[in-house]
Amino acid sequence: MNPKNTPLPSNPTNPIIEVRDFNFMYGSAQALYDISLDIGEKEVTALIGPSGCGKSTFLRCFNRMNDLIDNTRIPGGTIKISDVDIYHKDIDVIELRKHVGMVFQKSNPFPKSIYENIAYGLRIQGIKRKNEIDQVVEECLRGAALWDEVKDRLSDSALGMSGGQQQRLCIARALAVKPKIILMDEPCSALDPVATAKVEELIHVLKENYTIVIVTHNMQQAARLSDRTAFFYLGKLIEYGPNEQVFMNPENPKTEAYVSGRFG
Amino acid sequence: MQRYFHDELQDLRNKLILLGEKSHEAARLSVESLLDNDLEQAEKTLALDDSIDALEKEIGHACTRYISLRSPVSTDLRLILVALKASHDFERVGDEAHTIARKTRDILTREGRFKPSLKIREMSRLSCKLIHDAITCFVEEDIEKAKAVIALDREVDALNNYHYEALASKELKKALTDASRFDAILVSKAIERIGDHAKNLANEVIFLLNGD
Ligand SMILES: Nc1ncnc2c1ncn2[C@@H]1O[C@H](COP(=O)(O)OP(=O)(O)OP(=O)(O)O)[C@@H](O)[C@H]1O
Ligand SMILES: [Mg+2]
Repeated sequence: MNPKNTPLPSNPTNPIIEVRDFNFMYGSAQALYDISLDIGEKEVTALIGPSGCGKSTFLRCFNRMNDLIDNTRIPGGTIKISDVDIYHKDIDVIELRKHVGMVFQKSNPFPKSIYENIAYGLRIQGIKRKNEIDQVVEECLRGAALWDEVKDRLSDSALGMSGGQQQRLCIARALAVKPKIILMDEPCSALDPVATAKVEELIHVLKENYTIVIVTHNMQQAARLSDRTAFFYLGKLIEYGPNEQVFMNPENPKTEAYVSGRFG
Repeated sequence: MQRYFHDELQDLRNKLILLGEKSHEAARLSVESLLDNDLEQAEKTLALDDSIDALEKEIGHACTRYISLRSPVSTDLRLILVALKASHDFERVGDEAHTIARKTRDILTREGRFKPSLKIREMSRLSCKLIHDAITCFVEEDIEKAKAVIALDREVDALNNYHYEALASKELKKALTDASRFDAILVSKAIERIGDHAKNLANEVIFLLNGD
């Protein structure tokens, strides 16, 4: 873990994701241009930039969620995760998505009990023994800082939880498949400040064991939560560096304008 | 709710207290070395100055970082503002101590000892006590003690005035060289400034604790 206040090296020394000259197209519209960056293992990396700049598109490239969209294409570039080219033809995408979990903007628990929301994924993985499932459910709920709040009502519907609790349940669900990387697309945008603070605290704890990439429109959130931030504009990576650089002394005037709210 | 980054505020407080202790030490050593004719101790005081400056810079950086990355408000923000101002006051205390130590080196190499001791020791003890109390009222969040520091600073001022008058008197004009009298005025003035910084620090603690 990065001890507070010590500046990070300008590039991650232990990259888990390596992106090189990566391009992405929706039909004939190019959404990402020549992106190259390294994402550090067990770091929190924030993706920021104005609406439509390609943050979500880029995030979805890490677990190939874009494959589910028709007519998309990668005209050039590579993404390697733990040294493996994830767009290689031999890649098992289902296996990839186990390694790279995702949490969405709108929490989307299944309309089932709190318990089942997590147990479901475990059964799909072939875990059948009840006591093993019980144990993992508890681990995940603890991991998502939710256990104490829900341990007495595991059989209640997940839809009866508060928005913040639902979002942490989705994080717990993502943890169940033991991913290495967790992608989060604006996980707090529908939450009040207290629920947001709880999710941020959780993310801070999770980074001891997981690599987290988070898209956020909230600049303060990016600044306080992440180790590094990447600023995108019109599908291009404008600046990427430790937060001390991006928020205190950005190199690019566009970044300066954006983080100080003077954009446009 | 305690947030993970609040630890950084605790670090900042600790650094500020450390800086306070260093500058207090420098102030004490500088006058002692002068009155005890201790050249070695004067050199030690001079050496403290770099670490004081470095620590002030470190605190300034930590404050800018905290403001940029943590968006502090209310008490957290006041702590940052106070850390910026207080670290500057401590650094200035260090500067005054540095001035006294440099003077000490000059005087001791030129004359072997400092003759016009007057009430310098008493005055220095008082201003060092004020620095010490200013640190304590910050640590203990004690407004009454802060107010006491502000009140006591007047006594330091009074001793400084006493020195000015004494050094202008016929007797001392006869007994001391102009250079010695000039040195004494400089030293007295530096100690008086240390008291002023203690008073500033006390005001900063009051601002921290009740916002005005
Ligand atoms: N499914 C899609 N089909 C076609 N074009 C798309 C699709 N999704 C996104 N785009 C386009 O790709 C570009 C990048 O969109 P993306 O959603 O990645 O931006 P974003 O930075 O996440 O924006 P926001 O902050 O609004 O979420 C936009 O021009 C968008 O219109
Ligand atoms: Mg998006």
